[in-house]
Amino acid sequence: MSEANPAAEAGRVATVRAPIEAAAPGGSGSRPDPARLLRVALPLGLFALVVLGWERWVVAYEVPHYILPAPSRIMETMIADWPVLWASLLQTLKTTFLGLALAVLGGVGLAVLLSLSRLVEYSLYPYAVVLQVTPVVAISPLLLIYMPQEAAVLTCAWIVAFFPILSNTTLGLQSVDRNLLELFDLYGATKPRWAPPWLGRFLSRVKALWYLRRPAALPYFLAGLKIAGGLALIGAVVAEIAAGSAGAGSGLAYRILESQFRLNIPRLFAALVLLSLTGVVIFLALSAVSHLLLRRWHESAIAEER
Amino acid sequence: MSATQARTPPPPSHRSLDETPLGATLVALRGVDKTFANGTTALSGLALDIRENEFVSLLGPSGCGKSTALRILAGLIPPSRGEVAWAGGGRAEDHRGEIGFVFQEPTLMPWASVADNVYLPLRLRGVSRRDAGDAIAASLALVGLSKFAEAYPRELSGGMKMRVSIARALSLRPRILLMDEPFAALDEITRFKLNDDLLRLQHEFACTVVFVTHSVYESVYLSTRIVVMAARPGRIVAEIPIGAPTPRTETFRTTPLYGALCREASAALHGAMDADPAGGSAHL
Ligand SMILES: Nc1ncnc2c1ncn2[C@@H]1O[C@H](COP(=O)(O)OP(=O)(O)O)[C@@H](O)[C@H]1O
Ligand SMILES: [Mg+2]
Repeated sequence: MSEANPAAEAGRVATVRAPIEAAAPGGSGSRPDPARLLRVALPLGLFALVVLGWERWVVAYEVPHYILPAPSRIMETMIADWPVLWASLLQTLKTTFLGLALAVLGGVGLAVLLSLSRLVEYSLYPYAVVLQVTPVVAISPLLLIYMPQEAAVLTCAWIVAFFPILSNTTLGLQSVDRNLLELFDLYGATKPRWAPPWLGRFLSRVKALWYLRRPAALPYFLAGLKIAGGLALIGAVVAEIAAGSAGAGSGLAYRILESQFRLNIPRLFAALVLLSLTGVVIFLALSAVSHLLLRRWHESAIAEER
Repeated sequence: MSATQARTPPPPSHRSLDETPLGATLVALRGVDKTFANGTTALSGLALDIRENEFVSLLGPSGCGKSTALRILAGLIPPSRGEVAWAGGGRAEDHRGEIGFVFQEPTLMPWASVADNVYLPLRLRGVSRRDAGDAIAASLALVGLSKFAEAYPRELSGGMKMRVSIARALSLRPRILLMDEPFAALDEITRFKLNDDLLRLQHEFACTVVFVTHSVYESVYLSTRIVVMAARPGRIVAEIPIGAPTPRTETFRTTPLYGALCREASAALHGAMDADPAGGSAHL
């Protein structure tokens, strides 16, 4: 076939490629886009309005700070109590990320095992489901009996983060194009001559896992990771609250509980603000990771074409 | 590197196929039956000789077992009865390096660049990316996509994706190219262009092609022989040699011979559909 052949088709391609390349350098914000600006400005504006209204209302009606502290008061407490809050934040972050990391290890590891062996799949998957459907709030008091408090909190974060990673990765590993797998059989079935048939079959499964299933599963895994990141935080908080009612703990959730007992409502709010900021940052960070890894090829990460 | 150098591409021959005697049988289906696990009998008593340098089209209504026959030929699924006999002996497994397979869909890896997609068969044979460089470039040049080596599949049009799929099938320099309705999903202009490109490729490459299609016109234009199949059970009902000289060009479509052959193939196809006890036309 000659080089000139796809010239007509190339015209079509150019129109498709242009927006991607335009968007590539410096993210997609290189050119201010009114719709995009609005999407940032609207929620920020609303936030400012609510905070302002809240401040005014508290001042105007002289609401006592142990019932509803004004935003300014919450800010002051945040600064004054920063050493305590920061230590608690670090503790909660540590639990969350350790739980998430263990969930990734366990979830991906198990998903890979399931994809390699039906036996493992049939024997283990039901337990993963049971672990998932049992509310973590109900498990945490039990865990606190049998484990040191930090380990119990970590286990809770792990339990809730584990399942979305396992189920998404499993789904992803299975969602390779059938024809690609056949092609793989056609070209990839060269087994080492010395290997017995079962080993040959296993090796070609491992090859397919690495070359086809791993990249095909990546978008699914990342979607699971985004969910799991938020859940790990929730798991950590739930367990800290359970631990806190037993009188022990040092995480942000424990601070919330403690502030409630002591009627230190401004500090309660400050801890709450930090907690939700943490959740937002985790979500944004994982979204960014996902975007970076998929932007070249996956539909979910490709800028809308205008 | 073993795989590519072991089978260096044959030098481009510019003889017409008429001068290349339709050689010895390359591969044959002998009394092949296929009944799937669910009880569907897809093929019954299929006997088909594919000779070297032939362009054979399998023409038939959908569901008549064309894909199944092709997949058995490639060794992707085993026949229930009968055998696939290769020249020089051996089973399909031993001939895998000689087979190129093209599906109806381009079946590309969306996460890999065009060059990496073409690299896949070589990679699976243990050829390093550096050693494969020349073979990849040559395959892409064959289908006219040299400039798009670093593009991703989603950035290509349907016709270009199909070209990549063909380049991938060519990357091992196969002796036989098995194609399962490769152009069925493309628009007519692109299809005509790819038909011509395929003919040119086969000519330069001197390889054998088995081409599944349900288009009478496409099969007449491309083939040196049409094998017409009927459904339930899948079987061969007619063979039509296409005696027109090769290589063919667009002008072939305007010749009386082309018209006559199209009518003949069409009649055979409709005969095949009327022979279908379940009413083949309804199945289309
Ligand atoms: N994996 C399978 N399991 C069961 N039946 C199948 C399978 N593949 C194909 N068939 C059946 O075999 C028959 C022939 O299918 P196929 O070879 O795909 O036909 P064609 O390619 O000519 O349209 C059809 O009736 C189809 O439903
Ligand atoms: Mg088919």
